[in-house]
Amino acid sequence: MLLRIMKNNLLFSIGIIVCALWILIAIVTVLVPSITPYSYLAQDLANRFQAPSSAHWFGTDSIGRDVFSRVLVGSRISLIAGLITIALASLMGMIYGGIAGYIGGLTDEIMMRISEMVMAFPGIILAMTIAAALGPSLHNTLLAMVIIWWPNYARVMRSMVIANKENEYVEAAKSLGASHFRIFFNEIMPNSLGPVLVLATLDFGNAILLFSGLSFLGLGSPPPTPEWGAMVADGVLNFNYWWIGTFPGLAILTMSVGTNFIGDSLRDFLDPRLRKEI
Amino acid sequence: MDDSVLVQVQNLKMYFQTEGSFSFSKKYIKAVDDVSFNLFKGETFGLVGESGCGKSTLGRTVLGLYKPNAGKVIFEGENIFSLKNKRMKEMRKKMQLIFQDPSASLNPRKTIADILNEPFHIHQVGTKTERKAKIKDLMDRVGLSEYHLSRYPHEMSGGQKQRVGIARALALNPKLIICDEPVSALDVSIQAQVINLLEDLQKEYDLTYLFISHNLSVVHHICNRVGVMYLGKLVETGNHEDIYRNTLHPYAKALISAIPHTDPDNPKDRILLKGDVPSPANPPSGCRFHTRCPERTDLCSQAEPQLKEVFPGHFAACHLC
Repeated sequence: MLLRIMKNNLLFSIGIIVCALWILIAIVTVLVPSITPYSYLAQDLANRFQAPSSAHWFGTDSIGRDVFSRVLVGSRISLIAGLITIALASLMGMIYGGIAGYIGGLTDEIMMRISEMVMAFPGIILAMTIAAALGPSLHNTLLAMVIIWWPNYARVMRSMVIANKENEYVEAAKSLGASHFRIFFNEIMPNSLGPVLVLATLDFGNAILLFSGLSFLGLGSPPPTPEWGAMVADGVLNFNYWWIGTFPGLAILTMSVGTNFIGDSLRDFLDPRLRKEI
Repeated sequence: MDDSVLVQVQNLKMYFQTEGSFSFSKKYIKAVDDVSFNLFKGETFGLVGESGCGKSTLGRTVLGLYKPNAGKVIFEGENIFSLKNKRMKEMRKKMQLIFQDPSASLNPRKTIADILNEPFHIHQVGTKTERKAKIKDLMDRVGLSEYHLSRYPHEMSGGQKQRVGIARALALNPKLIICDEPVSALDVSIQAQVINLLEDLQKEYDLTYLFISHNLSVVHHICNRVGVMYLGKLVETGNHEDIYRNTLHPYAKALISAIPHTDPDNPKDRILLKGDVPSPANPPSGCRFHTRCPERTDLCSQAEPQLKEVFPGHFAACHLC
């Protein structure tokens, strides 16, 4: 099935391959840490700021750590940050926005005002406050990111549900005697998922960047941990040595482009009207 | 109660609130305002009127899709608005709806087989094989083939989609079908096919239709009795011969005179109404039609005329009748 779709859809294939590659790298570096050419923590002050060479493919950073090894190991934390944040935030937003949109009226007004209260705060400051209040750790940072992110999904989902619940096929289901539960999950939900899905894949890169921002501020993963965003930040500080920031940046780019391609194709595939002949 | 009556609609009022939830001054659109009529078993009752006069709202309220502000719909002796959820679900089997826009009435993400399986699934009717046989039979009835079952709605033509909508409405053997402008979105040759199909099905299954339309020629063809609506009110009802030949209400007269004629040498005088339809949020005092009525008197703007039986079985709400 997957292979058959891939054969007909170039972008989807690229997305799948890129993402699968990064997931594979993340898993392998966890299972077999010795596979990276250097330890991601090993400092070699004599060889700091080395340009890319056969010894150090992506060069070395300000304290002589191998950038290539750190990019490979860094995939795990970026994947976790992106996946967990987006998955939880979109799930929460979809349920919240779905309920608000379906019930409508006063319930909708109250629920949406609450979500707007969350949105009114500048995201990164709210995340910092939450993460600082709960204590800096990976879990708390992810929690903070979910809290600032879900209203986006709630709003998209709500508007889709409101648009779809007026459709005549919903009325047809009502006149057949379908329960609210069935109407919501069977008629409205499948027709509302597309934009949420696209938003989620577009946000994947953003989530990685926000997480790196928080790491940079000391709220995500603590400094020695290799993390793409933090490495980019490090590259900004050492701007004359382009390789320090460029390679982790490329890693973020490939990852987000890959998820975008998947999201786009997924939307087309889920909607029979856009589905290509297979 | 008369045995031949299937549905009694009594003083039905359906108002829609127009201001937001936080507003203090509530305004209402009086979409259906104090409408009463009966539907007899096996008949086709046509509901006509211009856009926005409340025809569709009336149809949907009769089905119980909207909760009315006042009034009763008595279906086989039971007021559907006082039924508990479980009984209401049973009642749903007996009345169904056919929609105007066949594309919008089918979920674009479901195949035709899924769409037709829905009624059986909701009411837990039959086993898998029984359902399959029943769906096949339904497809046959409405003139579609088995290979259409695996299609998606967007892969079918308008007429085919409308047939699927009809099959879905028939699935649970209803007694009443509300046809909400079932042919107005189809082109003329398909219109005729669908109307003939509806007529055949009526004979076969002993169905009662509430046929909502603004196409007077179609109503003339298919309906036994006709009701004319204006601004949420029923202004005239009667047998279709009475309505078309011996029109009483001035609005109905204007409507009938607008039917295109096929004889160019003998054109009938068309009654042209002046002005726009008043807003249903703020209907005129007295007779709602008095602002546009060519025959109005002083009484018309003061007292509201009640629907009265002018001739046996022929009702009109006009002071002049």
